[in-house]
Amino acid sequence: MAGSSLMETFFQRTLEDLIKGLRLQLIGESASISKAMDEIRREIKSTDPHTKSTALQKLSYLSSLYFYDMSWASFHVVEVMSSTRFAHKRIAYHAASHSFDESTPVLVLITNQLRKDLTSTNELEVSLALECLSRIATVDLASDLTPEVFTLLSSSKVFVRKKAIGVVLRVFEKYPDSVRVCFKRLVENLEGSDSQILSVTVGVFCELASKDPRSYLPLAPEFYRILVDSRNNWVLIKVLKIFAKLAALEPRLAKKVVEPICDHMKRTGAKSLMFECIRTVVTSLADYESAVKLAVTKIRELLIDDDPNLKYLALQALSIVAPNHLWAVVENKEVVIKSLSDGDPSIKLESLRLVMMMVSESNVAEISRVLLNYALKSDPEFCNEILGSILSTCCRNVYEIIIDFDWYVSLLGEMSRIPHCQKGDEIEKQLIDIGMRVNDVKLELVRVARDLLIDPALLGNPFLHRILSAAAWVSGEYVEFSRNPFELVEALLQPRTNLLPPLIRAVYLQSAFKVLVFCLHSYLLQSGIVASTTCPDNLAPNVLEVLSDKDHPEGTDLAPHDASAHSKQEEGFNPRVLNQSSEDLPIEYGEEASAGHGQAATVDSLERNNFNYESIMNMLNLIELAVAPLLGSLDVEVQERAGNMLSFIELVRKKMLDSLAQKEDSLDRDRTEVSEIIEMMNDAFSNELGPVSVTAQLRVPVPDGLLLKQNLEDLETICPDVQPPSLNSFSFGSLHSEERDGDSLPILPKKEESQSSNESTSLLSEHRKRHGLYYLPSEKNEIGSNDYPPANDLKSESNMNYDAEDLVKLTDLSLVPKTKPNHAKTRPVVVKLDEGDQWPLAAKLQPKEASLSGAVRDVLLGSDTKSLSQSKPSDESSNRRKGKEKLNVDSPSESKEKLDDVEQRDGENPSSRKTKHHKHGKERRHRSTGNVVDKGDENVQKGMQNSSHRHGKHKARQKTDVAMNVVPQTQVIPDFLL
Amino acid sequence: MCFEKVIRELSGVILTRGPKLCNFVEWRGYKVVYKRYASLYFCMCIDQEDNELEVLEIIHHYVEILDRYFGSVCELDLIFNFHKAYYILDELLIAGELQEPSKKTVARLIAAQDSLVETAKEEASSISNIIAQATK
Repeated sequence: MAGSSLMETFFQRTLEDLIKGLRLQLIGESASISKAMDEIRREIKSTDPHTKSTALQKLSYLSSLYFYDMSWASFHVVEVMSSTRFAHKRIAYHAASHSFDESTPVLVLITNQLRKDLTSTNELEVSLALECLSRIATVDLASDLTPEVFTLLSSSKVFVRKKAIGVVLRVFEKYPDSVRVCFKRLVENLEGSDSQILSVTVGVFCELASKDPRSYLPLAPEFYRILVDSRNNWVLIKVLKIFAKLAALEPRLAKKVVEPICDHMKRTGAKSLMFECIRTVVTSLADYESAVKLAVTKIRELLIDDDPNLKYLALQALSIVAPNHLWAVVENKEVVIKSLSDGDPSIKLESLRLVMMMVSESNVAEISRVLLNYALKSDPEFCNEILGSILSTCCRNVYEIIIDFDWYVSLLGEMSRIPHCQKGDEIEKQLIDIGMRVNDVKLELVRVARDLLIDPALLGNPFLHRILSAAAWVSGEYVEFSRNPFELVEALLQPRTNLLPPLIRAVYLQSAFKVLVFCLHSYLLQSGIVASTTCPDNLAPNVLEVLSDKDHPEGTDLAPHDASAHSKQEEGFNPRVLNQSSEDLPIEYGEEASAGHGQAATVDSLERNNFNYESIMNMLNLIELAVAPLLGSLDVEVQERAGNMLSFIELVRKKMLDSLAQKEDSLDRDRTEVSEIIEMMNDAFSNELGPVSVTAQLRVPVPDGLLLKQNLEDLETICPDVQPPSLNSFSFGSLHSEERDGDSLPILPKKEESQSSNESTSLLSEHRKRHGLYYLPSEKNEIGSNDYPPANDLKSESNMNYDAEDLVKLTDLSLVPKTKPNHAKTRPVVVKLDEGDQWPLAAKLQPKEASLSGAVRDVLLGSDTKSLSQSKPSDESSNRRKGKEKLNVDSPSESKEKLDDVEQRDGENPSSRKTKHHKHGKERRHRSTGNVVDKGDENVQKGMQNSSHRHGKHKARQKTDVAMNVVPQTQVIPDFLL
Repeated sequence: MCFEKVIRELSGVILTRGPKLCNFVEWRGYKVVYKRYASLYFCMCIDQEDNELEVLEIIHHYVEILDRYFGSVCELDLIFNFHKAYYILDELLIAGELQEPSKKTVARLIAAQDSLVETAKEEASSISNIIAQATK
């Protein structure tokens, strides 16, 4: 044994040998590493501490540079750690802080070793142990070693003391009770004169305060002294960070620190300190006009600096200041917009965020146009960032900033055609959502959908499939607004639809079915077989309203190109249907045409929708031809719909033929029968859909025996492809169920709604089936063979010639704030639900933090009563009372919101609040029925304005709630210090 | 998230960035501040609220100390002395906070540690010592 150990010692490769060997690569990297690992495994078992520690050092080298696992050696680490030599100890401590984590089993073995080293007379050993503890301390280690750390906090050696102060951070985090022991000494270090100690202590307080600032308010006078006296930039930056947190909580404090901060900002030459001053002012002192002005001047200096770092930070500071002081952004808009074409992705992203902040209802059109042109030119990633931010900005608060929905819908269509567009899901969602919420836009929506459907090239792009699915649904659902239903049927059944994934194909089929039913019904209406009086509730009257070519003056640069492309396609596409010359039976339904249209609805003859017998028959033939092969589809959705459609056609065709044979008897029995069938189908589809509250599902009582909390993770392994339905989708609940709920009845200006709802209850099941079709999750990964040219090949180079200068000019007009927009159009009614359009933010509970801050507060309050006897109890109670009043004021409006988390937290609260919340569950139904009754258009508008703030308030309110709950006694900063 | 994955992901992000761009990257809700010195990249991952410029200064500070210690530091120095680079970093930062703003002090502390190690090494590697141990 002794012999082999001797040999090993002589012939062991050192770390340097190992590295040299690896770099020479005589036998290849992995081979030489595995050889080295074999050596290490042998050597590390050696009894000679030198051999052992060298092996350990080599192992940690391989582990940190080549990511080899070294957890197997953790016991050896502990062994080497107990060596008496510093050189070995150092290697072991390094290995431990590198490889140990919470789950390392041998951690329990090192407590004593650490204790021994912490109390060692050699300060370097103490330092090793402290460094290691700062990395690996667990709850147990922290609690066991608190006394040692406490002793070291007042060590006479600065070198040791500052490390002990640093370690306190980790110890507090793991073991909050240690605060009771150590906190006072930590505070004493804050008062000391040594600059090194001060720097570390302030750093620790900065970290602590960032998690829970309120607890450290009593220390504000100390920090203030440092802010004024210190000339050390490292320290000042940390103190500023602390004040950024504290000033937000205590207005008197904010007033006090504004001046010194501004002084620092003016005086300092260090950019890091200056930037920290700026950030503190814009985040926490935004109410002090002069300070903000100064900060914005400094931001401007940074913005025009050549250093990209400063530019980036300046943009970031602007985005912080923007919500309260938009003028600061507008002043610098030139630089901001130019930064959109910066070479640096980080800078581009920041400037995009800023541009989006400038968006208002008066300039949304211009800005979107500018951004779309940038999107056309940029790389795919940034292009999608742009599209994403336009989409999310525009749909905020139920399309709050959109006045002209026609424009917006055509913008969505345009976005879909941008080559890199990958925002299919979002565009799909919005197209459908707008269709359901905004009645007046349906005409344009159908036009946009038709343009998308009819372009065969788009089918080849899998990113667009979701959009196409929305387009198909829209054109089926609102087919009455279509100018040419025949064309739609052909588009929906065109051969290239085989490129679609089956579930979207099913949507196509269902839409084609709806169009078919609509055409048949219109045909019957036209030939006077169905008297229009028999169906007062259906939408047929609107249906036949044909609007003249709509031109969009605000519309699109791409429009000319699109239009020409389409007219070309149209010709090749449906020669049969283009025989409009044979027009017959002009029927006027103008009186009932929707009056709410912004555009002059030109009532016209049915120039294109000539539902004559021949065209209907052509359509039936076409559908039969296209759908028949789908009976053999492997996907049940497609197969079933194809089956339904074909049987329906068969039924109708037979009757129609029969009736044709006896054409003279126009009111023949058969004919009546067929009209009845068609009318029933039409009724089934004629019911309008409305948006559904996202919280609707929550109101459905959970059936017995259903475990909602069951862990379904196993399912993922079985069916990994199925995506969970998105939260925002409109669920199965139909209009009627909502009405019954007494909640959030969408405002639909149509009178027919209420009437139709009676009749159509019987059709509910059919309705649901149709509805359900749409919301099936779909798979995106199926891509058919794609031999067509790539979709969205935009040739219109003319759009691209925007220079940054042009853009600046363009936005010049639009970015001027507070110019009253001169709307040519009035905003159409947008259906908005009272609650549940957005999910309430879930508040996070942080028990650990709470316990830590609780401990800190105990200590601080304890010391307060002793050292700061001026804190008046009366003041305290008044503060408390204020807090309570606030709660009372808040709670009525709060009961509208869903605050489950708060409810949970209320367990710790006075019972009065608890009961209130319980009541609120019951009250909700009452309340919302009330809302429905008096809801008119004005209310909706008002709701929209209010709701823009709701979210923010909600969050803030929750925050204060948390604070109130945790701190029953608010600390008071002694006035004399402020 | 394992260490290896972090390193790989970040080097993908940072190495692809061209020169003359800003030194900050947003990454998984954090910010990564990096700086390049010849063929060496130094990265630090920080919270959203931390001061980026200060972190850049810390990096620079560290590099200056390395430079002083190794005498114009290069990649090879760090490869062969990776543990020393760690020891120096440990003197500079503790629990993620800057503990020692003075370069001189750090240099002095590292020198003290080294001399302690050197004397130990001399003792350990002297032939008589080894023989004494082997024949124990």
